[in-house]
Amino acid sequence: MTTVIRVSDVSKKFAINANKSLKERLINARTTKQNKSEFWALRDIDLEIAAGTSMGLIGHNGSGKSTLLKVIGGILSPTDGYVERRGRLAALLELGAGFHGDLTGRENVYLNASILGLSRADTDKYFDSIVDFSGIEEFLDTQVKFYSSGMYVRLAFSVAVHVDPEILLIDEVLAVGDEAFQRKCLDKIRSFMREGRTIIFVTHALDLVRDLCSRAVLLDHGVMQYDGAPTQAIRMIRDAWNEEAEVEAEQAAARADDTVTGAATYTPMRISDVVITDGAGQPKDTFSPGEPFGVECTVTSDRRVTDWAVGIKIENHMDQNCYASNTHLMNLQLEPIEGSRRVSFSYGSIPLIDGGYHVSLAAHGVNGPHYARAARIKNFKIVDSEWQDGLVRMPAQVQVRPVEAGAARAATAETR
Amino acid sequence: MSSTGTDVRGTGGDATDAFREPPAINRAEAVESLPMERVNPPRSFFRGSFTDLVDILRYRELLGQLVRKELKVKYKDSVLGFFWTLVRPMAQLVIYYLAFTIFLGNQQPAYAVFIFSGLVVWGLFTDILGGCTGSIVGNGGLLKKTYFPREIFPLSVVGAALVNFFLQMIVLIGAIGITAVLTDNRVAVTSDLALVPLALAVCLVWGLAMGLFLAAATVYFRDLQHLIEIVTLLLFWLVPIVYPVVLPIKNFTENGHSLLLEIYLANPMLNVIAAFQRAFYTMGPEYTLDANLWARLGVFLVIGLGALWLAQRYFARAQGDFAQEL
Repeated sequence: MTTVIRVSDVSKKFAINANKSLKERLINARTTKQNKSEFWALRDIDLEIAAGTSMGLIGHNGSGKSTLLKVIGGILSPTDGYVERRGRLAALLELGAGFHGDLTGRENVYLNASILGLSRADTDKYFDSIVDFSGIEEFLDTQVKFYSSGMYVRLAFSVAVHVDPEILLIDEVLAVGDEAFQRKCLDKIRSFMREGRTIIFVTHALDLVRDLCSRAVLLDHGVMQYDGAPTQAIRMIRDAWNEEAEVEAEQAAARADDTVTGAATYTPMRISDVVITDGAGQPKDTFSPGEPFGVECTVTSDRRVTDWAVGIKIENHMDQNCYASNTHLMNLQLEPIEGSRRVSFSYGSIPLIDGGYHVSLAAHGVNGPHYARAARIKNFKIVDSEWQDGLVRMPAQVQVRPVEAGAARAATAETR
Repeated sequence: MSSTGTDVRGTGGDATDAFREPPAINRAEAVESLPMERVNPPRSFFRGSFTDLVDILRYRELLGQLVRKELKVKYKDSVLGFFWTLVRPMAQLVIYYLAFTIFLGNQQPAYAVFIFSGLVVWGLFTDILGGCTGSIVGNGGLLKKTYFPREIFPLSVVGAALVNFFLQMIVLIGAIGITAVLTDNRVAVTSDLALVPLALAVCLVWGLAMGLFLAAATVYFRDLQHLIEIVTLLLFWLVPIVYPVVLPIKNFTENGHSLLLEIYLANPMLNVIAAFQRAFYTMGPEYTLDANLWARLGVFLVIGLGALWLAQRYFARAQGDFAQEL
């Protein structure tokens, strides 16, 4: 395949200079060098992107995704290394994509198109399809500073895809449009891909990357962590997120404990020693779909609580509730509690799809202020060789067999 | 819209456009035939200017758009709109005329024409200087999201300033016509009129050179925006617009400050203004600079081109970091 973009050993250093004004610089002339703090937004990035690739750039906030996109777009020059590319490039970076607020939508279309290298005659030719696609005819002669962010993106995206670009860069902008327009954009992007154009996305919508991209690059602190199949890249970034979330939950729990000991008049219940198990008491954190699964915890109450219940919830990385229940809903009457009790939930099989999950637990007395909550206290992972979408992993059996002639006739007769 | 516009709607603008099966193979071939170009290539100090110039010429369509933008945006939503561009020099003219003729008793003939012929070109210079200084900082929105030669911004300021300049020239010529009718007809067309294009070129070259430098430097030292306002105010009194150039010449010579006189006269804008006065203020040639302006302006043009080149090199070096500094 033909290479359309070559990123060679690109590094980008940012200097954060605290002294901006002339006065400050003069006063601090001698210390200016020391006040300069530098960091590498990109470190030795090497990429060859073939024509027709749709590539997702993913990573944490501040991992250098947008910087890399800007370097490819020529808006930032790299400190080291260089970028080569072929053909016209259209970029949708952040909101607006180079609109001027005081000009009307119509004027901005022409301005934007000429930035992308189109002549006025060419723009005239595309103008109607740009407006049609954006669906904002009635606001065309309004200054764009009065536009909503959705209208902004509609117009910007329309211009970018109608100027016949070879390369399209998109930085997290589609999320602003309404669902109907997003679908329209995605359709357009898919047709671009079919036409063999090259698209690079920066997005936090990982499912979109999985859907659209043939390749994904994972960046972390400016360093390329992974370059390859989108599913693997997504798995890696979610693992990293889960680790972070776990640390945070532990810290939050520790803080909560501190505050509780401070409040002497208040005696809540406490949840501690949470363990995810294989359903038979052995700790485990990675499962295949359908394996036995369990959660254990210790609930402590300093006072006697007669009517109490324990709840469990499993959420996925999107905070979608995958499963939630409690001992009340299970019609279990628990023995009165005073002191500590070990509670264990076990399940014969865990029917969830590939991904990372968080477990939250809660315990409360039905009457009174006794309450304990451990939100996202533990994480576990499901690794599946087969990718399914949705929430639940449903093993399927598919059969294909010939349609019997008689039955087919009966079916057609019925529809008549 | 034009007929081509409706044509597009009729043939390809419908919803199926997006789903049309593409000629994929042709595109792949077309891509292969396109040259692999380096983004923001490093440019040698000497030959870089030429490459940059070619780049700028490629974007002349955009330059036109941005000039129109500058003109539109400046007086957008104001009732008088474009008329404001004429109000400022007119007000200046009235103020100086009142102060010098009525209060100070100046006896110079057709003094209004004298002031205006200098003011017109000085206005062009300060418009360029002031506009360029903020042109990069003020266009941060465009700059951070799109790529094209950054020189386009200062150039569009020059374009917009030129449009204003020509409008004011029309007023100046009208004023000269009125003076010709009202006074004793000392209006004449002299060979000095041929100095105007050369003087204009000197003004543009120096304005752009300083403008390019200031545009880039302001990104790093924001204070320049405010500083330049003060400096232009000061410079206004260093050029003979409201007073005839013969007065300082006389004073410097009488007091024996020949070096100061040379420094005073070595100001390119002083010579530009002198040329304009010689060309348009024919009512009192004894009040204008009596020197070989052809030679002087020629020298300033050459030096100015050198300065412009240096300024462009500085600009080109600095522009790689514009997007991150804004």
